[in-house]
Amino acid sequence: MTMVCHRPEGLEQLEAQTNFTKRELQVLYRGFKNECPSGVVNEETFKQIYAQFFPHGDASTYAHYLFNAFDTTQTGSVKFEDFVTALSILLRGTVHEKLRWTFNLYDINKDGYINKEEMMDIVKAIYDMMGKYTYPVLKEDTPRQHVDVFFQKMDKNKDGIVTLDEFLESCQEDDNIMRSLQLFQNVM
Amino acid sequence: MAAGVAAWLPFARAAAIGWMPVANCPMPLAPADKNKRQDELIILNVSGRRFQTWRTTLERYPDTLLGSTEKEFFFNEETKEYFFDRDPEVFRCVLNFYRTGKLHYPRYECISAYDDELAFYGILPEIIGDCCYEEYKDRKRENAERLMDDNDSENNQESMPSLSFRQTMWRAFENPHTSTLALVFYYVTGFFIAVSVITNVVETVPCGTVPGSKELPCGERYSVAFFCLDTACVMIFTVEYLLRLFAAPSRYRFIRSVMSIIDVVAIMPYYIGLVMTNNEDVSGAFVTLRVFRVFRIFKFSRHSQGLRILGYTLKSCASELGFLLFSLTMAIIIFATVMFYAEKGSSASKFTSIPASFWYTIVTMTTLGYGDMVPKTIAGKIFGSICSLSGVLVIALPVPVIVSNFSRIYHQNQRADKRRAQKKARLARIRVAKTGSSNAYLHSKRNGLLNEALELMGTPEEEHMGKTTSLIESQHHHLLHCLEKTTNHEFIDEQMFEQNCMESMQNYPSTRSPSLSSHPGLTTTCCSRRSKKTTHLPNSNLPATRLRSMQELSTIHIQGSEQPSLTTSRSSLNLKADDGLRPNCKMSQITTAIISIPTPPALTPEGESRPPPASPGPNTNIPSVASNVVKVSAL
Repeated sequence: MTMVCHRPEGLEQLEAQTNFTKRELQVLYRGFKNECPSGVVNEETFKQIYAQFFPHGDASTYAHYLFNAFDTTQTGSVKFEDFVTALSILLRGTVHEKLRWTFNLYDINKDGYINKEEMMDIVKAIYDMMGKYTYPVLKEDTPRQHVDVFFQKMDKNKDGIVTLDEFLESCQEDDNIMRSLQLFQNVM
Repeated sequence: MAAGVAAWLPFARAAAIGWMPVANCPMPLAPADKNKRQDELIILNVSGRRFQTWRTTLERYPDTLLGSTEKEFFFNEETKEYFFDRDPEVFRCVLNFYRTGKLHYPRYECISAYDDELAFYGILPEIIGDCCYEEYKDRKRENAERLMDDNDSENNQESMPSLSFRQTMWRAFENPHTSTLALVFYYVTGFFIAVSVITNVVETVPCGTVPGSKELPCGERYSVAFFCLDTACVMIFTVEYLLRLFAAPSRYRFIRSVMSIIDVVAIMPYYIGLVMTNNEDVSGAFVTLRVFRVFRIFKFSRHSQGLRILGYTLKSCASELGFLLFSLTMAIIIFATVMFYAEKGSSASKFTSIPASFWYTIVTMTTLGYGDMVPKTIAGKIFGSICSLSGVLVIALPVPVIVSNFSRIYHQNQRADKRRAQKKARLARIRVAKTGSSNAYLHSKRNGLLNEALELMGTPEEEHMGKTTSLIESQHHHLLHCLEKTTNHEFIDEQMFEQNCMESMQNYPSTRSPSLSSHPGLTTTCCSRRSKKTTHLPNSNLPATRLRSMQELSTIHIQGSEQPSLTTSRSSLNLKADDGLRPNCKMSQITTAIISIPTPPALTPEGESRPPPASPGPNTNIPSVASNVVKVSAL
């Protein structure tokens, strides 16, 4: 049992920093504290939570990447402030902010560029969550094909890496993506 | 899904934005949160003690009384609280279950009272947490045994005509207290076993002398009498054995059981003796066979519970006894060798060989000390004393250990078996819950879209009819649906997967499997399927036939494959068939009932349909419906 106990900053400060109202923050914190009484969530808990949402396959790899995206300070644990900040971007942020967050998620080594290997890892992690029993049957090179399609779309100058600008530009051109980014507006 | 985890659903859904740029297809619509109330505190008044909690806390488990609309029956308008006339102590545990997701069993509580309360609140006892599950199960078992004993003693007076003659006989043999005839039989056989054993003993006693010859044992003097007694006993035993063999429910198993082997061994010598009389060559063997008659005494173990328990404990401590024997043998060999070589020098020594020294060693180590063999040399005496001292240790030490091992191993065995069974049960529960949640998704996937269709075109009153799944569940399923769309693959369950595998192996050049060689294949699969389906509905049938085919399914919910249901969400909006569809859907309850799906004839699409989904539909329904019941279990 970890003795680390973290208390978040005041409610007013969080309300100022994020796009949530006080009431929403209260609800979020209640759920957060219930699941993580110590005030921080570590990667193991992340993986367990994700495994319960996706029981069909193996969600641990994707949860790992997601955790790294949440853990902006790379400390190995996510505090409530980080949690709420990321949620604020994802649910209430502008399109630009959401896309930037997604770019950060894909950029595994945080060097500012997405290359094919990183994208391959991400896509493979997503396919892992599907599990074995899918229709149509998952073939070995399905992720690779998926990544190729992605790069065709995103990589404007065909240099094998996707920069943030290329990414933003390509996503804004695609109506599907734009529409789906608004999908979770009313989650809270 | 566990209670606490539901609180993370917003996070998981938000994180799904990470899939959006990767996906090639548009995402499904999110379930609307129509009745979005602000979270409020509700008061639960249980026999005067007031409990307060958030409404959303109770709604985590919609299958229970407190989580569903059933609690509205207990709402008190004047005081604006829910009043339950039940035990407040147990209610504390029940409410904690909603809060933490774990159900605990308080030790001071009576098991049947607790069960009653759980039944009232609609909570399955199987979800009791592992910390309290063992205790709960133990108490439950004791209670059940007590009830069974009570029932048995009641039933003893009644007659059970439903059993066949053979079964009554077997019952009479196994439980002599069931009827007087059985009791009589029990005592008669006991008596004859005793008679037989005493006969065997007495016939060797010297019985006074017949004038003119040496002293004879009684057996030879009154040989006829003894022979008659022996015959009578063996006849009784044979009859008993044959009757048991006839009545046994599984004759093969009966023949292999220990008791029947003892029976056979007990009566065999007599028959062999009958067959082989007056044959001098084998009379030696015949005499040996008579020794086996003493096995009749083991037949008493049917009559004595204590003997059986002793036999069982010996069996269970076999390894301990084996170790004792082994260490004794080692010590005996060592000391016998030493004594032999020590006494080799002395003349007229009894220690003629090492095996001959074994006898001395055993007698000395067990502190018997007969004195028929004693060492004469000084070295021999020294080693002899060492031998007797170590004998005390070697024998005295393991015996208490074995005795304590008896009780420890006995209890441990029982506890290990219990724990193993519980672990299996726990894993099974987890597995069921896991498949339950994944099945629940597949299950509601098929009617979830129908639900959406109803919502989109139905009037507000009809909306809530479709809402059998809670909001959290529908959001979770929407999330899984988004994942499917991102990866262009769908979740199916194991049976269909296997069938698909077999099919794809049969028709290898299948036009159906998306041609992954070409890029457009990937993007067009889902979209092209959709476009195929949009043309599907208008030309396949009119609303009337659809009405008919839907009415064929008793309580509707699936339509055999999801292709039509997808169309209802998108294209049916444009169809004029709405009006025809709507009254039909009004009649159809979207319930989670088991239905029998006749393969809908009109709905088989172009050639490559998925007939498998139609036929195993009932099969897949049943586990998912059954698993809906246990879905409540907290992970």
